Amino acid sequence: MIRVQREDFDIGREIESLTRGKTSIGGVVSFIGTVRGGGADGIRSMTLEHYPGMTEQELTAIEAEANRRWKLEASLIVHRFGKLLPGERIVLVVTASSHRADAFAANEFLVDWLKTKAPFWKLEETPQGERWVEAQSTDDQAAKRWVKS
Amino acid sequence: MKLLYFAWLKTKIGKAEETLDLPAGVATAGALVDWLKTRGPGFAEALKDRRTLRVAVNRRPVGWDFALKPGDEVAIFPPVTGG
Repeated sequence: MIRVQREDFDIGREIESLTRGKTSIGGVVSFIGTVRGGGADGIRSMTLEHYPGMTEQELTAIEAEANRRWKLEASLIVHRFGKLLPGERIVLVVTASSHRADAFAANEFLVDWLKTKAPFWKLEETPQGERWVEAQSTDDQAAKRWVKS
Repeated sequence: MKLLYFAWLKTKIGKAEETLDLPAGVATAGALVDWLKTRGPGFAEALKDRRTLRVAVNRRPVGWDFALKPGDEVAIFPPVTGG
């Protein structure tokens, strides 16, 4: 299941509603991405823009790919857009499987792939002004680990 | 056709979207970018280096040699930075 939304999400409630009653699940892995503030850059806030329609399509495709590669009992991606403050949640990725290995691997795959495939762009607001975050080659390398040769 | 611009492309071009007819002689996504560059300094600056750009047609990521047809939705944007 995937969702793109402006509002925050409740991690406990999301995991509960995803896994409730599914007794084949033996392990649940969650990743929560948050806005990193402060530091040398002094980030005051971050605004996430996205491409409505394509975002949902790409997230659905990425989730389907994870389900082809690993045996998952349940999965969820929730990604926010709009203006967020340091410490606020950006993304939630939950994977659940009978045995933990599939849930761990699929979760890392989903995070790596959504960072390089889902059409989101981050605008950082700093004391020096606004700037668009540039794509990181480390993210590309992380995503390439999962490309089947 | 519908054209969409995201992130700093939108800022440099000065608009998020526009509708226009597929120009005569423009057959691919790459050719469309070359044509757009001739429309003014904002377009020329935003689109000067294709390596910094990505393109999607009808909400699917494609390469620069992708063939366009009238009515397509073409989105041009920088590499994505979500997550």
